[in-house]
Amino acid sequence: MADKSKKKVSRRKFLVRGGLGTIGVVAIGAYIFRNPIRRQILGMVNSLEAPYTDNTDKPMVWFEVTSDNTILLHSPKMEMGQGTFTGIAQMAADELSVTMNQIKVVHAASSTGNVDSFATGGSTSISGLWKPLRELAAMLRVMLLKEAALKLNIGVDELSVADGIISGNGKTLTYAQAAEGVEQWEVPDAPVLKDIKDYKYIGQPIARVDLEAKVYGDPIFGMDADMPGMLYGAVVRPTKIGATFVSADTSGAESMPGVIKIIVEDDFVGVVANSMIAAEHAKNAIKVTWNSIEDLDTTAITEMMTVGNGNSTIIQQNGAAFDEDDEFATLEFRSPIGAHAQIEPNGVVASVEADNAIIKISTQVVSLTRKEVAKRLGLDTEQVNIVPTYLGGGFGRRLHTPHAVQAAVMSKAVGKPVKYFFSRKEEFQHDMFRPPTHHIIKGKLNAEGYLDGLEHQFVSGDVATDSALVPNVLTNFLGADVGAIRGGFIQYTDIPNFKSVYWHVELPFATSWWRSLGLLANTFAMESFIDEMALKANKNAVDFRLRQIGEQDIDVRLKNVIKAAAEKAKYSEEVVDGRAMGFAASIDANTPCAQVAEVSIVDNEIKVHKVTVAMDPGLAVNPDQIRAQCEGCVIMGMSAVLYEQMFVENGELTPTIYGPYQMALMKNAPKEIDVILLQGKDTPGAVGEPPLGPIGAAIANAVRRLTGERLTQLPLKLSTES
Amino acid sequence: MKISITVNGVVKALEIADENTPLLWVIRDTLNLKGTKFGCGKAACGACTLHVDGEAVRSCSYPVKFAEGKEVTTIEGLGDRENPHPVQQAWIDEIVPQCGYCQPGFMMATAALLNKVPTPTDEDIDKNIINVCRCGTYYRMRKAIHKAAELQADKVMNESKTL
Repeated sequence: MADKSKKKVSRRKFLVRGGLGTIGVVAIGAYIFRNPIRRQILGMVNSLEAPYTDNTDKPMVWFEVTSDNTILLHSPKMEMGQGTFTGIAQMAADELSVTMNQIKVVHAASSTGNVDSFATGGSTSISGLWKPLRELAAMLRVMLLKEAALKLNIGVDELSVADGIISGNGKTLTYAQAAEGVEQWEVPDAPVLKDIKDYKYIGQPIARVDLEAKVYGDPIFGMDADMPGMLYGAVVRPTKIGATFVSADTSGAESMPGVIKIIVEDDFVGVVANSMIAAEHAKNAIKVTWNSIEDLDTTAITEMMTVGNGNSTIIQQNGAAFDEDDEFATLEFRSPIGAHAQIEPNGVVASVEADNAIIKISTQVVSLTRKEVAKRLGLDTEQVNIVPTYLGGGFGRRLHTPHAVQAAVMSKAVGKPVKYFFSRKEEFQHDMFRPPTHHIIKGKLNAEGYLDGLEHQFVSGDVATDSALVPNVLTNFLGADVGAIRGGFIQYTDIPNFKSVYWHVELPFATSWWRSLGLLANTFAMESFIDEMALKANKNAVDFRLRQIGEQDIDVRLKNVIKAAAEKAKYSEEVVDGRAMGFAASIDANTPCAQVAEVSIVDNEIKVHKVTVAMDPGLAVNPDQIRAQCEGCVIMGMSAVLYEQMFVENGELTPTIYGPYQMALMKNAPKEIDVILLQGKDTPGAVGEPPLGPIGAAIANAVRRLTGERLTQLPLKLSTES
Repeated sequence: MKISITVNGVVKALEIADENTPLLWVIRDTLNLKGTKFGCGKAACGACTLHVDGEAVRSCSYPVKFAEGKEVTTIEGLGDRENPHPVQQAWIDEIVPQCGYCQPGFMMATAALLNKVPTPTDEDIDKNIINVCRCGTYYRMRKAIHKAAELQADKVMNESKTL
């Protein structure tokens, strides 16, 4: 049997049809990728890059050539701030030989067929589209040139193209003119990609393509979506963990002003009204009886989340295990429940008719949202059109969209479009949280003061387990949650004996994907411990790390970022003027990253002044956007490790508002973030999550050198802090 | 109740069912100006920041009745592509936004700050710019705020030269 994992463009699928848009010609291409999703996820686990995937045999609209010679690029990946639209515009512009201004990237509605079967996430958008998108763009260029040759009556070889204008023999045609009226396209066999050195845009720090829309306040987000005749919906939600719906008394709400209909389903109670405020008032007047479980508190959750509870799986092992009588150092670490806290609440507008549904939504999972809505409404998937918008922050929160189903049910009940969005309290109480973790790490030094043995035992709430995104067969097959274990591996593979063990405990509330998954907590624990071992061995923390890394490609790249960060930051273990440096490094999704944090204690609080980041994401399609992701990860990461924490009180998750859920503000952000990009491979790799790894330990390690105190719990608090 | 508000320079005579409706929803849903964002509804994040008589106001918690007879400016009225406000120009120069959702609120807060403190220090910025950004764009924002102060000073100087 042929190797089906090989990616190739299918001629059969490269169809062309007109009439989809109102202007110009429509070119449709499909990129066939038959790799089973299971292998894809395994690839992610093994720190390889996950490819772009589609799972449909239907044609997919990638490009439209419009009459004004603009190329519309229908993106199967969503733009949530990570800059993907800009990167893919650069890739398409270079292979199509058009200017950046001639490319307009839009979110592919599911009716285009260009739906990613997985998600936008995992730092895979640019790396996954790198090959297929450039090949499709190159195919389109070749096809347009061929048509131009026929129209101009010149050989293809005599034609050249620049800025979307084809010329030869003193004559010119725009792409739009070349495409006009063509009914039968000849599809080339194999697209020939340009040499990387001939690219004009790839590799350049191009300004983001959505910059102006975002500076002038254009209505581009899910929350901004409207439909004519739209009503407003609200859903009654329990405040307590584990509560399930029993019954509802809606008598008080039915006659309230503005109320159109109250909808009682098996799994939720909704209200539709003629304004958002009327819907909110009516929702509050509905009395729901919930089945509840015993009231939990943070202490109970912490006790559950302790290494030794649940089942364990060895995810990595080398050499011999620790013996009972071995002498080793042990530290325990904990991380709390974290909220996504993205600023745009989850929101959706649904319009449902007898045989079709249109859903406008900020989602990271177009395919899943579509399937869930279709299933609930009893429609075919093709009858549901998901129209994705820009996301006001994703961070993994929008990998779950049951609110789309609820809005659709409400719309169907009233026969009109319904807009529905979460209150901030609902966002905080019904988040799919970053799970709390507990780590026990043991290490043993040899006579030379390097590690002879290292063991990481950790427990985490679920990330991927039971997620609709990942087949559970995979988690079962691995015996470990593929999200929770990210960052949980030992990267110092030159140590003779090491082991990493994951423990699985299921929590009574939903935890899931939070930007970088297990990386934030796992790296905090591991890199704090390594630092402590370096101190114990009386060695420089950078040298200590470099000596214990292996010789594989990824190891060499890790060593290079470690050296680069240390050199650029002038890493030193001396405390100067009340400031100390902390060092940490990690590998995530095949991207190594090292950071140096410069920290002091101001008014008895930890203050981060400067962070130096060295990262090797491979080929940098857009260095400025990669820098922006590094800066953002440093600040989001320091927010998570210094301030953020959800509690459980009387069975409720709390706090439910910004402020009490403390996050980094302008005053907390470092005034200097210095980013060095290495390009240790010739294809692009992961960017949007890897820089979240080192920040926690980098700060904690600096505090250790300042105060002598080893902080082992997130959020990091000095023992002297009130 | 009937209410009259000047929004981005245009007088709007509105019929509002509930005078306590937050100004935000009148701006977004009645006037269809979507640049002012809903984030939390409790004046805790600043995504809904706009200007009322030149002052930065968190409109999600500002009853519309208080805006009677006042001048409201939203991000759409701050500047546009042909005539960007110095804050918007600085935001473009420094490529500040990531997801972009909180950015109008930050730009409105910054524009109000520059009206009062034309050359803010880092400390002024820390004290006055207290909105929440989840993507962590604060580092570029700080640079953009200093840049906006320079652009605004240049603009004032040029205008005074041409007088």
